[in-house]
Amino acid sequence: MWSFIHKLGSPKWFYGISARLMPWFWVAAAVLIAVGSVWGLAFAPADYQQGNSFRIIYVHVPAAFLAQSIFVSMAVAGVVFMVWKIKVADMAAAMMAPLGAAMTFIALFSGAVWGVPTWGTWWMWDARLTSMLILLFLYLGVIALRGAFTSRDSASRAASVLAMVGVINIPIIKYSVDWWYTLHQPASFTITSRPAMPTEMWLPLLIMVLGFYSFFIALTLMRTRSEILRRESSKRWVRELAVEER
Amino acid sequence: MTPKRKQKLFVILGLVSLAAIAVGLTLYALRANINLFFSPVQIAAGDAPFERSIRAGGVVKEGSVARNPDSLDVEFTVTDYVDDLEVHFSGILPDLFREGQGVVVVGELQQDGWLKADEVLARHDENYMPPEVAQALEEAGYSPADYQAKAAEVGKRLESEQRPDDALQRDN
Repeated sequence: MWSFIHKLGSPKWFYGISARLMPWFWVAAAVLIAVGSVWGLAFAPADYQQGNSFRIIYVHVPAAFLAQSIFVSMAVAGVVFMVWKIKVADMAAAMMAPLGAAMTFIALFSGAVWGVPTWGTWWMWDARLTSMLILLFLYLGVIALRGAFTSRDSASRAASVLAMVGVINIPIIKYSVDWWYTLHQPASFTITSRPAMPTEMWLPLLIMVLGFYSFFIALTLMRTRSEILRRESSKRWVRELAVEER
Repeated sequence: MTPKRKQKLFVILGLVSLAAIAVGLTLYALRANINLFFSPVQIAAGDAPFERSIRAGGVVKEGSVARNPDSLDVEFTVTDYVDDLEVHFSGILPDLFREGQGVVVVGELQQDGWLKADEVLARHDENYMPPEVAQALEEAGYSPADYQAKAAEVGKRLESEQRPDDALQRDN
């Protein structure tokens, strides 16, 4: 198992395998998001109470899922980098952060837009909304830390530590609606239990969630590949690759 | 794993668990402030301050909404199926406001036990339903029964949530 991690940790090997995997995830992302958004926005039935404004769920929920998953991935990559000194993990973590921040922002923004007609307010300092805002700040902190050091190694360590400690916020976000009284409702859509909506509403949501995840994987592979080329530009295999391309 | 890596892993795990404990204790100490609203049970128990802006939350009691036809004044009862709280409000209610709906009201608790609301927010639950299904349920006469089942469930949940706090107060 350890040898597999080290193999995956070799930038050259990762560069090769990701080239083969990436197109599949791009295709999956394009198809799933196209099908999911058309189905969800045009064909799924409206909600009996909220009418059409409930359709924001098809963006809001996948974005919120990704926002949290990306942070956990960053923390795991941080541990792998700190313990096993695997540089690819750090590169991937660095490349994930802006997408995570964007997803957090989309979740907060779409939630606020939905909140105006549904709750009667666009913002409330309840536990779910506040912990999600903290997640956005954590992402911005990770991105800023990476830019704040002249030495890349110090920047990577600092960002990894912040990601590892910041991951404590994730269970707080997830369980905030159960632990405290909040304005935000409990989860309608979880992996573990029956969804609180009929199949014709739930299936497009599942497709959108899978599509968002494929998009995240494809984008991270692509950005990590270019980061590998950038950081390893002095290595022989990269120079040989550049010669071949020419 | 080399001993050095193992040591590093333990340092990281230790650091993260210490941070988690610190955050956990802080949140536990602040739980009364993190809760967005007081439930009618807590207000009946005297936990909420009088004549200061507070938030109260619960479900609008069936058949309790009384509107004044000449103004925007409306009176209704917020309940958690254990205790009730009378609310007076003057203004525009959110679209989702109706009987049986979860709400959060912002306002001042008066000495004689009712709440003068400045703002009423609707709380959406986690259930989504197409209008046809809702209509079919209603036509089949399921809706009120459905509400009661839901009401009992919410009541039970609130009660079990309430118990640890009550025990704490008794200890104090």
